[in-house]
Amino acid sequence: MSFQYTIWILLLPFIAFVINGLGSGKIPGKISGWIATIAIGISTFLSYRTAFQYFTSSSREQVIAVKTTWLRFNDTLQIDLGILLDPISVMMLVVITTVSLVVFLYSQGYMKNESGYDRYFAFLSLFSFSMLGLVVATNLFQMYMFWELVGISSYLLIGFYYDKPTAVAAAKKAFIVTRFADLGFLIGILMVSFYAGTFDFEVLTRPESLQFSTAATFMGLSTITWALLLIFMGGAGKSAMFPLHIWLPDAMEGPTPVSALIHAATMVVAGVFLVARLFPLYYAYAPTALEVVAFIGAFTTLFAAVIACTQYDIKRVLAFSTMSQIGYMMLALGVSGYEGADGLGYTASLFHLFTHAFFKALLFLGAGAIIHAVHTNDIREMGGLRKHQPITHILFLIACLAIAGIPPFAGFFSKDEILSAVFANHPIYFGIAALVAGLTAFYMFRLYFIVFWGKATKYDQVPHESPAILLIPMILLAIGSTLAGFIPFGQFISSDGLPLASQINWPIAITSVILALTGIGIAWKFYKVESTSPDKVAKSFGTLYTSATKKFYIDELYILITKGIIFRLVAKPLAWFDRNVIDAFMNLLAATTNWISVQIREFQSGQVQKYAIIFISGVLIIVLSYIYVNR
Amino acid sequence: MIEQVPLNHALIVTTMMFFIGVYGFLTRKNLITMLISIELMLNAVNLNFVFFDKYLYPGTLEGHFFSLFIIAIAAAEAAVAIAIFINLYRNIRSIDVEEVDKMKY
Amino acid sequence: MNILIAHIAVPAITTLVMMFARTQKQVRAVAASGMTLQLLLSLILLYLFLQERAAGNEAVVLFTQSYFWYPSLGISFDIGVDGIAVAMILLTSIVIFTGIFASWEVEKLYKEFFISLIVLATGVYGFFVSLDLFVLFLFFELAVIPMYLLIGIWGSGPKEYAAMKLTLMLMGGSALLVVGILGVYFTADVEGLRTFNILALGQQHVPIEMQRIFFPMLFIGFGVIGALFPFHTWSPDGHSSAPTAVSMLHAGVLMKLGGYGCLKVAIFLLPEAANEMSWIFLILTSISVIYGALATVVQTDLKYINAYSSVSHCGLVLFAILMLNKTSSTGAVLQMISHGLMTALFFALIGMLYSRTKTRIITEMGGLMKVLPFLSVCYVIGGLASLGLPGLSGFVAEMTIFVGAFEHEDLFHRVATIIAVSSIVVTAVYILRVVGMLLMGPIKSEAYNNFPKAKWFEKIATISLITGILVIGLTPLWLSNMIRDSLGLIVDKLVLK
Repeated sequence: MSFQYTIWILLLPFIAFVINGLGSGKIPGKISGWIATIAIGISTFLSYRTAFQYFTSSSREQVIAVKTTWLRFNDTLQIDLGILLDPISVMMLVVITTVSLVVFLYSQGYMKNESGYDRYFAFLSLFSFSMLGLVVATNLFQMYMFWELVGISSYLLIGFYYDKPTAVAAAKKAFIVTRFADLGFLIGILMVSFYAGTFDFEVLTRPESLQFSTAATFMGLSTITWALLLIFMGGAGKSAMFPLHIWLPDAMEGPTPVSALIHAATMVVAGVFLVARLFPLYYAYAPTALEVVAFIGAFTTLFAAVIACTQYDIKRVLAFSTMSQIGYMMLALGVSGYEGADGLGYTASLFHLFTHAFFKALLFLGAGAIIHAVHTNDIREMGGLRKHQPITHILFLIACLAIAGIPPFAGFFSKDEILSAVFANHPIYFGIAALVAGLTAFYMFRLYFIVFWGKATKYDQVPHESPAILLIPMILLAIGSTLAGFIPFGQFISSDGLPLASQINWPIAITSVILALTGIGIAWKFYKVESTSPDKVAKSFGTLYTSATKKFYIDELYILITKGIIFRLVAKPLAWFDRNVIDAFMNLLAATTNWISVQIREFQSGQVQKYAIIFISGVLIIVLSYIYVNR
Repeated sequence: MIEQVPLNHALIVTTMMFFIGVYGFLTRKNLITMLISIELMLNAVNLNFVFFDKYLYPGTLEGHFFSLFIIAIAAAEAAVAIAIFINLYRNIRSIDVEEVDKMKY
Repeated sequence: MNILIAHIAVPAITTLVMMFARTQKQVRAVAASGMTLQLLLSLILLYLFLQERAAGNEAVVLFTQSYFWYPSLGISFDIGVDGIAVAMILLTSIVIFTGIFASWEVEKLYKEFFISLIVLATGVYGFFVSLDLFVLFLFFELAVIPMYLLIGIWGSGPKEYAAMKLTLMLMGGSALLVVGILGVYFTADVEGLRTFNILALGQQHVPIEMQRIFFPMLFIGFGVIGALFPFHTWSPDGHSSAPTAVSMLHAGVLMKLGGYGCLKVAIFLLPEAANEMSWIFLILTSISVIYGALATVVQTDLKYINAYSSVSHCGLVLFAILMLNKTSSTGAVLQMISHGLMTALFFALIGMLYSRTKTRIITEMGGLMKVLPFLSVCYVIGGLASLGLPGLSGFVAEMTIFVGAFEHEDLFHRVATIIAVSSIVVTAVYILRVVGMLLMGPIKSEAYNNFPKAKWFEKIATISLITGILVIGLTPLWLSNMIRDSLGLIVDKLVLK
């Protein structure tokens, strides 16, 4: 069984990137869009074929489809570029290509009147290429390479409207924050590879074949724990986990389809994928690190859900919702065991990743359709849209139901698995997770009711239903959001590679549905028609509410640290020091030399009489010394 | 025959002459005066030659010859020097030694 | 004719021919064709070198040639190249080739300008091919001196000050070098005739007490031109005053003489002292790396930004060399090449932008992406290479260095490495700051719309440099292997502790 052709899944978007990039300005916009879309379309087809071929074969072994040495460091360490197929990478291939294809199609309509259409598709192709490369990486270093490429394409796409200062700032922030996290990732990779002697996942995912000296410790934790914590830091940065989440809300400055693809469905889950990829290593060597993963996940999911309830920018609400859902996935991974039924958390996490990609992308595309129609992001300026955009309304509702976890939509199944996995392992985290399930339903339906019901707002232009080119991709995703939950996910993906029979855990399912319905109910009461009760409730929460609207002042804290401390108190004085101390020292040397020479110069005055005086006194001294001293 | 003047006396005179010349050379700013001071020194040396010849090696003439040479060279030197001074005066209207600094900077 | 002699002869002949050229056109044509020929020669050299190696020629240096100059003192004109030298020669050829095109529009004393520039390049070529310490030093000086004229006459701003400062500091380094070289020459326990030949000296042993004296001299001597903290201050002033092509050549190639010399002279000839004293210099270079990066963050002049970032990047070269193992040394050479291409690209672009906007202060510019898309994209690519994006040369070099540095297990090296690694974040900060302020945002002034588009010679210059960056970034294996194979001799002498 050969998987050689999988190389084309990666190469086609890359070729599209090169063509669109080099031909920028020469190829008409329409054609460049179609080049990219067709390329990703073929990739999608190939991914489905791969998935079919891979999952129908009986074994769930890792398959190296392609491999070539890219760079050799020393006798043991080398970077290979290749394609590793195993259940999670194949699953990711499917998710990424599907969402990419949908977003590419959608973009054809959404970006139609923008300048830089070809540039947009070039960057989008670059992103798809890098994201695909990331998930099929055969080793940590390849993953890191594509990780960086994903980061840069995210930077380029957030800053797509590069003449808008806020977009530029957001792009810069996103890149630098994730870069900072990647620093941890890189150091972690270096440490792991130093102890393991390899970057290869084939070896790293079989902890029994590794010999780590766990003896070496640093501040009470073994070095391997530190290494894995640092790697998780990289994942937390990309996946916008607290406290490295600050870039994600700002990243919404990018075009909306970009937010759907990168900042909802694919790139931001890279961190989850990373932890899942190295899960055996985490489980075997660094249970402490897994506890940290669970804690950060639990904290972020609650933290982001609370903020999401208070935001008024439609895309920011979705961004915080994304953070919250990724926190869910991290939590599930963190509490998961390794073998058999213990590994439910692992399966659940990836299942949620899978379903979340569909409904969150749908939510973003729906938001895009709304923004396209009403030309604002602020939900306070929207209302009653169900009459103007009936189809969008239905699609958005499906997505909201899916994310709220109402059966039979996809979110219900994956969320149920996560909740039961968390319940089995950690009751406190279960409390948080259940609370967040309710909150999620509340803030999503708050959004839904304000936008589609609520007061009938007067619009300057009457909003119109979106054209087919926007609706068809959304319909595709809506189908996915509805049906994806019925996939017997555990059959394909589990922590130990053996099929995991998962059935719905009814008590928990009923609890979560009740919670979700409560959330929806509250939202219905507050927002279906305009009322003052939300404000009253907000007032009763007092400072909690205000700080939540201000995103708990984390941004301000970062600005204080970066601008106030690093820029003003470190970099500026350093530059001053360089000019006025080190350089001044060199100048002082030169000036001293100069001064001495000026002093000495007086001897060579050119005055013949001065010479004569010196000459004669010299002679006299010599003569007298001969006469009296040296007798 | 008159009693000979002792050598010491003669040397005292020439030494005085020489140092008067030195003093003049060092203190005067006028180039002509400086030249005259140099002549004074040269003549002091000339006298020394003659005196030593006379007192220490009577009958020989080397000292005299040296003196004659020096007189000739001093004459040539004075000629050259005064030519320079004249030119200098034409150029800068001065023969003050401290103002001659054109070549210095 | 020996291909290495051709490498020195071609520039020399080019300058001679240029003497007879009259118009600016002729001068440019001669310079451009001479340097194109040189670039082709270097590519042929690379091809021949790889052929020889593939054919199993294991000699340490290839294409050797030897002429006695002064037999009684052991001075001879010995030339030959190993993989490192081949790589550096290729870098030099690309940079000087693009440098000619970047200075296409020099008006003032154009003939003298191109002659000085090519004489400088001749010195660099000589430096890389020579195997004799004396000749090496001779060519080193030949490369440094024209710099004074090039900055002093064709520079901008406080050019006399900058030229004087640069030359004096480099001369100070040279003074240490002379002492160091003579020290090695006289203390190596050679039987019979003393020799300046590096390979012959490498087989001799210098007493450890003497090594302790001469290693710092050689290392600092070369370190001055390699921008070793705290001897780097000539770099910001020198670069900001120098004309475009000179900045390119200086930051792109001349600063690499320092790293090359440290590796192939200081460490190769005095390995025991290198082992013993590397920690002192490691502290300095770690400071250099992070300090240069942090100082860059607050600069506003484009050339200062690039100069300080060069301090950081070249600091990383010396840092890697001092890690004293094969991997990191490979990384050091890769970083030299990568930084050479990158920084040459930056300086070329800065020159091109300056010729249009008449300012180099980033706060006074903005929105260039709209009006100068080609140059802006080139700048972005350069920036991405600088912050270590995979697929571009910087990544390969930095990662090799970091992996190499991580081979040391003790806490001191670990801490130094982590300090150096953290510079990648700061690098991202200053690169994106410049890109954001300079290229993005709204167009700053109406006059920008009248800017001429990129001209053909500007395109040649930038595209050739970007090609280099991409080739190394995408297919690094051959280059890294070529360098690695040449390092055996140097590294094997080091006793790792």
